[in-house]
Amino acid sequence: MDLDPEDVFKDEEDDPDNEFFQQSESSKEYVVYLVDASPKMFNTTCPGNDQKDETHFHTSVSCIAGSLKTQIISRSYDEVAICFFNTREKKNLQDLNGVFVFNVAEREHLDRPTARLIKEFDCIEESFMREIGSQYGIVPGSRENSLYNALWVAQALLRKGSIKTADKRILLFTNEDDPFGSLQDAAKKDMTRTTLQRAKDAQDLGISIELLPLSRPDSEFNVSTFYADLIGLDGEDLAQFMPSASQKLEDMKDQLRKRMFTKRVVRRIEFHIANGLSIALNTYALIRPTVPGAITWLDSVTNHPLKTERSLICEDTGALIQEPPKLFQPYRNENVKFLPEEIAEIKRISPGKLRLLGFKPLSCLKDYYNLRPSTFVYPNDQEVVGSTCIFIALHRSMLKHKRFAVAYYGASSHPQLVALVAQDEITSAGAQMEPPGMHMIYLPYSDDIRDDEEIFPDTEEDAPRADEDQIQKAAALIKRIYVKDFSAFQFANPALQRHYAVLQALALAEDDIPETIDETAPDEEGLTRPAVVKAAEAFKLSVYGDSYDEESDMGKEKMSEASRKRKAIAENAAKDYDWGNLADKGQLKNLTVGDLKVYLNAHNLPVSGKKEALISRILTHMGK
Amino acid sequence: MARNKEKLVLLLDVGPSMHGVLSEVEKLCSMLVEKKLIFSKYDELGVVVFGTEESNNDLTTEVGGYQNITVLQDIKVVDGDLVDTLQKLPRGTVDGDFLDAIVVGMDMLIKKYKDLHKGKKRLCLITNAIHPIKDPFEGSKEDQVMTIAEQMAAQGMKIESIVVRGRFSRDANKGVMDENDHLLSIFSKKTRTRTVYVDTPTSLLGALKTRRVTPVTVFRGHLELSPQMKIKVWVYKKTQEEKFPTLKKYSEKAPASNKLATHQVKISYEYKSVDGSSNSVIPPEQRIKGYRYGPQVVPISTAEWDAVKFKPEKGIKVLGFTDASNVKRHCYMKDVYLFIAEPGNTRATLAVSAIARAMKEMNAVAILRCVWRQGQQNVVVGVLTPNISQNDKIPDSFYFNVLPFAEDVREYQFPSFNSFPASWQPNDQQQKAADELVQMLDLAPSGKEALLPEFTPNPVLERFYRHLELKAKQPDAAVPPLDETLKKIIEPDLELVAENKSVFDALHRHFELKQNPKLKKSSRQWYQEKQSGSNVSGGQAVNSIENQPPVKIEKIGDLTPVQDFEAMMSQRDNPEWVEKAIKELREKILALLIHPDGEDKYQKAVECVAALRKGCIIEQEPGPYNDLMHRIRQYCEEKGIKSLPQLLASRDLTLISKSEAEDSNVTTEEARSFFVKMEPKPDV
Repeated sequence: MDLDPEDVFKDEEDDPDNEFFQQSESSKEYVVYLVDASPKMFNTTCPGNDQKDETHFHTSVSCIAGSLKTQIISRSYDEVAICFFNTREKKNLQDLNGVFVFNVAEREHLDRPTARLIKEFDCIEESFMREIGSQYGIVPGSRENSLYNALWVAQALLRKGSIKTADKRILLFTNEDDPFGSLQDAAKKDMTRTTLQRAKDAQDLGISIELLPLSRPDSEFNVSTFYADLIGLDGEDLAQFMPSASQKLEDMKDQLRKRMFTKRVVRRIEFHIANGLSIALNTYALIRPTVPGAITWLDSVTNHPLKTERSLICEDTGALIQEPPKLFQPYRNENVKFLPEEIAEIKRISPGKLRLLGFKPLSCLKDYYNLRPSTFVYPNDQEVVGSTCIFIALHRSMLKHKRFAVAYYGASSHPQLVALVAQDEITSAGAQMEPPGMHMIYLPYSDDIRDDEEIFPDTEEDAPRADEDQIQKAAALIKRIYVKDFSAFQFANPALQRHYAVLQALALAEDDIPETIDETAPDEEGLTRPAVVKAAEAFKLSVYGDSYDEESDMGKEKMSEASRKRKAIAENAAKDYDWGNLADKGQLKNLTVGDLKVYLNAHNLPVSGKKEALISRILTHMGK
Repeated sequence: MARNKEKLVLLLDVGPSMHGVLSEVEKLCSMLVEKKLIFSKYDELGVVVFGTEESNNDLTTEVGGYQNITVLQDIKVVDGDLVDTLQKLPRGTVDGDFLDAIVVGMDMLIKKYKDLHKGKKRLCLITNAIHPIKDPFEGSKEDQVMTIAEQMAAQGMKIESIVVRGRFSRDANKGVMDENDHLLSIFSKKTRTRTVYVDTPTSLLGALKTRRVTPVTVFRGHLELSPQMKIKVWVYKKTQEEKFPTLKKYSEKAPASNKLATHQVKISYEYKSVDGSSNSVIPPEQRIKGYRYGPQVVPISTAEWDAVKFKPEKGIKVLGFTDASNVKRHCYMKDVYLFIAEPGNTRATLAVSAIARAMKEMNAVAILRCVWRQGQQNVVVGVLTPNISQNDKIPDSFYFNVLPFAEDVREYQFPSFNSFPASWQPNDQQQKAADELVQMLDLAPSGKEALLPEFTPNPVLERFYRHLELKAKQPDAAVPPLDETLKKIIEPDLELVAENKSVFDALHRHFELKQNPKLKKSSRQWYQEKQSGSNVSGGQAVNSIENQPPVKIEKIGDLTPVQDFEAMMSQRDNPEWVEKAIKELREKILALLIHPDGEDKYQKAVECVAALRKGCIIEQEPGPYNDLMHRIRQYCEEKGIKSLPQLLASRDLTLISKSEAEDSNVTTEEARSFFVKMEPKPDV
């Protein structure tokens, strides 16, 4: 158990969705990345960033590398294997030709990703040709079928665990839409049939095969040539499956990345629209804060993990308490006791249901009506047939009339009023930017909203308002620092990146920790462009006047009577001692902390820390 | 916090026209006191009711006048009796004069505190203000109110007025109401508080903030637009969830005779090594924190960590402005912050005002990078939106919402609605029915917004505090059901539904919902119950039978061996189930062969074989199955049974080959020819 004492006291109110989102060992995913390493993957290039061409192989590998890095942070229980096919060398348990399973030391083929795997995979391209090599595995006249072999190896890798507790997937990266194109009729037919059968066998065992096709703008990947049958797509699905024939490599990468994740349903809920009309919805946590993993306590001598034993001890008798104790709240000079069941009963308000109350115009949804990250809902026709139809109808009406729904969501531990905001699908260059559905936004109650803007001012006059000229100047400045296409989540969390960079370096016992880039740092260079500086100066002049001086600000002048008095006393007190003399004789330590603070206060120095820190600060200030 | 002790006088209108909402007023006020008893038990409170038959207040005895006003409770430190007093307010018989009541309340505060405690003294008036106040002896009513309000401001008092209107004042005189509203607005202007109008009992319950939280700044410093342009701002929380109170654990170990028992529970943690060889407790100095990195745990001491961790500088910097449409509403991550210009700093206020108004005009928002404190270990990126003040006294400000980082977002793909089959797409009539619903089930008709978050109380907390109060008197009281007023928050307004009956009828006519028959309903319900029950603290709180998990299958019976087998295989609590299931089914099959029952003698056995084969492939356990098949073949050969092998072969129930289960040593060809091979053997 990774119990952190601080964590145990976390309120039971903490977001229930989160625990579903934070992955547990019981619902893991096994993924085999199957990467085509045929010469075609190396010959075909796409224009990438910086005008440099990238091979399809590079694109696939960098997508996987990126996904491994994400995975170790947020889903480290998932297990992966990386497998290349159409290779010169072979390495696999079945000893099949043309298939190479990539792995590193101290790791099974299908296992959780480790620091070493990530590190070595990052530089796979350098060693690939030398150690693994690329070679067409399906050639006329040979009975070898590298695709068949690859699927077989992948399926064997995924033998581990039961499909009931784990999600098993094969992700196939290739740019060859017709793998048996080079063969003659009979051989082609035969190989196609056996390969499809192999894929079907795998699927019958509960393994899903997903295709991540790579194509160039001029030669589109034709799914229906071969792969539609392999991954089991028919009519409608096929239309849905958009091959990523996008203009830009970035878009293609984006699509690959998105397809590499499976959707995880947080829970199923019932949406009660009217009496006798309840539809089924699935909820998804699309946005949740990612935090560094829990701390595990270790024995510093052996580095073995420690188990935490938590015990409840009665303060009066010192006896251990076994059964879950009652709870109490001191009230009216006595302790009012509650059973845990009673607390649950109090919170139980229409459990598991989302109940429609009505609709309001979108303008009623104020910017400050927010408490927690939103939850995404999408209809589910599996349990209640007809759910999707009514959901789509409401979704369209809400978009058309610019309204949102108000509903009561009876989540068991956290029942709350919510706003359901319809989100239309947004696609860009063939990729889905925003999925269609509704976002559930948790609304505050009256006691959750504060009116702090009303505390001030204490004056009788009206609040100062900017005049037209000042607003114009502000607008000019805003235009100068305008970002055209900002995406809400374009920044990586610098603290998290740093955290994992440090961990990775330490895990591999490396001495120097790589620098991480703080993407959230402002664009200092851009802000010092003459045009920006000019606009800023103009705005400053218009609101602050030309006599503006940072230090003699209005706030400072208005220092309150009391604090001025305090300061005067402190300054006087500071004169009571001959500080220089005391410091020279090393007698500062004879003074009390209070006395030391007098000096620090008088010189506007921080007064925090232990006594030693205070003394050293004084000495530093004196230049000794 | 003694220095923040609040001194409050409640001025409650109990006249006949208020009787309809008095029970809500009672609840609201007792809730106020209940929370004070827990969170600020040194606050002082007095209660004045007006509109009563009799008069009982200092002013009427001292100077005369001030009729029909009763001081129900002199100002005192809050206690349990106050709750009792507020729970049974007298029902008055005359229409009260709220201005007289205000004067009585002020008089009480002045007499008790003189001019001390400025800013901590508060009056709270709850009335419907539909009856005219008495004309003053000299001057106009307005002058009189002005004088009182100025006096109030000079004494450092504030007055908060809650005016109950709506359906409770339909037949009231509009002229009188307007006059009263105007008079009350003078008070709120002079003391810079607000007058709140509520029109439903539900919003009355949410109208008064029952718990005052002293505002604390999150940040004081510069909002940096560019290195040249900085604005001094203070940052507060705008919303923060009022949590369910954290209850303490209660120990019943102490004997009842021990009057001094605290009944407190201490939680102790002991850290022991996992290997169990030594059961010794590891002392704190020998412990080191380990951080997970995939399967590895990396030990790092606090000092090491301090040296390398991310340490940003305190400060708030603008990263840029962008169009409001680039930031989606659903990306807001947390509770909301409020940015105001440094109080008293006119130029900062002007700068904030100018930026806010320019942003509003351009429909722009600002992206900020915030480090609230020195030593904070992370940065916050968020969006700043303008808040243009509608009140002349209140300066413009900003709201700030935290945005997600790249790591916080899961970009799942969902099928486009257009890609669904036609049967899932609403037709014109269905779309029309939905349009009607969205337009007619209107919670904000002509500006009168219902369920406004500002006036909506938290039903769970209301319920908790009421239960607490009940339990204080009657320890075994059951949890009260939600009363009608609170039900308005969780259920649709019946009146609104009744008004739109035709809309709902149309909805029912055009949309048809069916439970999917393929899914077993019981298991689905069980799943849902489990979901909702699993978060309940302390576990099994539910008492209904529905929550019982399905009966565990521990043995394969004669009646439905296949089903029993499948149920056993799916019992995931112990891996032994699989082994047991396979073993038992094997035995069952053999028994069925030796004692075939009736007409289709081998039918049942074949079904079992099919189930076993499937199960063994899923579990990748080919051994027991292949073993069995060899025994069956041998048995059939010995007994000369032909029908069974044929039956099995016809259903492809042959050996499990290597391609199906890795552990098998049977090739596909071998498997295919398994039963074929035995055919040439003649029956000997």
